[in-house]
Amino acid sequence: MDVTIHFKEINHKLFGFVEGEIDTFTASGLREELEAVKITEGLEIELDLSKVNYMDSTGLGIFVAFYKRALRENGKVKLVGLSNRLQRLFEITGLSDLMDIETDKKVELR
Amino acid sequence: MKQLESQYTKILSDYMVNQTEKNLYIAQNFTRQLIQKSISPEDVVSIHKNAVEQIFPDQMSEAQPAYDFLIEVMVHYGMAHREHQSLLQKQAEYEMEMNIATNIQKTLLKTYVPQLQSIDIGKISVPIRKMNGDYVHFFHDGEDYLSVAVTDVVGKGVPAALCMSMVKYGLETLAYAYKDPSYVLEVINRVIEKGVDDSMFVSMFYGCLNVKQNIFSYASAGHEPALHYRAKVDQFFPVEAKGLLLGVLPETSYSFHEIVLEENDMIIMMTDGVTEFRAQNDLNSREVITALIKANRHLTAQQLCQLLYKEIEKVQNFKLSDDFTVVILKK
Repeated sequence: MDVTIHFKEINHKLFGFVEGEIDTFTASGLREELEAVKITEGLEIELDLSKVNYMDSTGLGIFVAFYKRALRENGKVKLVGLSNRLQRLFEITGLSDLMDIETDKKVELR
Repeated sequence: MKQLESQYTKILSDYMVNQTEKNLYIAQNFTRQLIQKSISPEDVVSIHKNAVEQIFPDQMSEAQPAYDFLIEVMVHYGMAHREHQSLLQKQAEYEMEMNIATNIQKTLLKTYVPQLQSIDIGKISVPIRKMNGDYVHFFHDGEDYLSVAVTDVVGKGVPAALCMSMVKYGLETLAYAYKDPSYVLEVINRVIEKGVDDSMFVSMFYGCLNVKQNIFSYASAGHEPALHYRAKVDQFFPVEAKGLLLGVLPETSYSFHEIVLEENDMIIMMTDGVTEFRAQNDLNSREVITALIKANRHLTAQQLCQLLYKEIEKVQNFKLSDDFTVVILKK
């Protein structure tokens, strides 16, 4: 199982669609893709995780790192489409109070 | 080379006349010489070709291109072979270093489980790979107080192990404040936040039991909730506390809570390697865990830990996907 991410820019807002399983083995690819995202001041980024069917703590680390970079570079990151399981992961770790996350909302692709 | 060629020609022509074991044995011994002089595979073929040319000059015109072809093939084969050998050697070196590092980690992160008369303590921690990303730390002061920290570093293997040493020494220096869960988490958080990159963090459950008064105070930094088994009502209650993972933000505060332990009560602390059943999505891991404990509550804390490991490993078809750590305190 692998993980992929596709970006799409609509009205100066960056949408990322993540799909697959994020674990220790697949994480590095996703990390590189997110590190390559250029964050300009005020850029809003929305990452859709509704197609992520598994994520472990390594995956969590990638999103935390991305969130922290966005914070430093004055961008905004929002995670949407979290399954109940992912939502729970963000709650237990206390990250749901820190990051902007949204459960189960279907984001239109086009 | 010339000398080797004439030796080989002699051995080959002897063998052509008389195909005996003895002649074959001479050829075998000759290969040692070839190795000693580091003759490459393609040169061996070339020696053979020249020998055949001398012994059967009239047959050579037909076979010549085939030999030249074989020499070309052997050139590439020899290169691939040498590369393979050097990779194998490198791998062996890495493995040796890894074993040394594993041993160092085992020594560094050894947990001493204290023995108390009024509290039965059980602990199991099994790494999924060579190095453990989970760590358990105990403090105790005679029969008065017992503190326990259960920690899990994001990721597995070497990076996790390196980060864990930092956590351990942080805890070690906090011995003076071990009765204060919030304070311990706040200090460790600052230590980790300074020391690691953005994607690295640690979760920790920290609890302190006042053995005389049977009060268990605890705080959690993004860690898997613990369980409180209340013997009187024969039920489990989650031991939860809100708190951010360690190492994410520099200034984070952690609130602590208290529960009272009664006779035969248990506190079960664990890492997510215990509660996460990756392949068995439909199974509720907490139900599996509580049912196992309930059915075996007469066992000692250590026996219970071992039973949990054995049974959960079975449920997951012996394919655990994370480091596995359980600590049980039994009144």
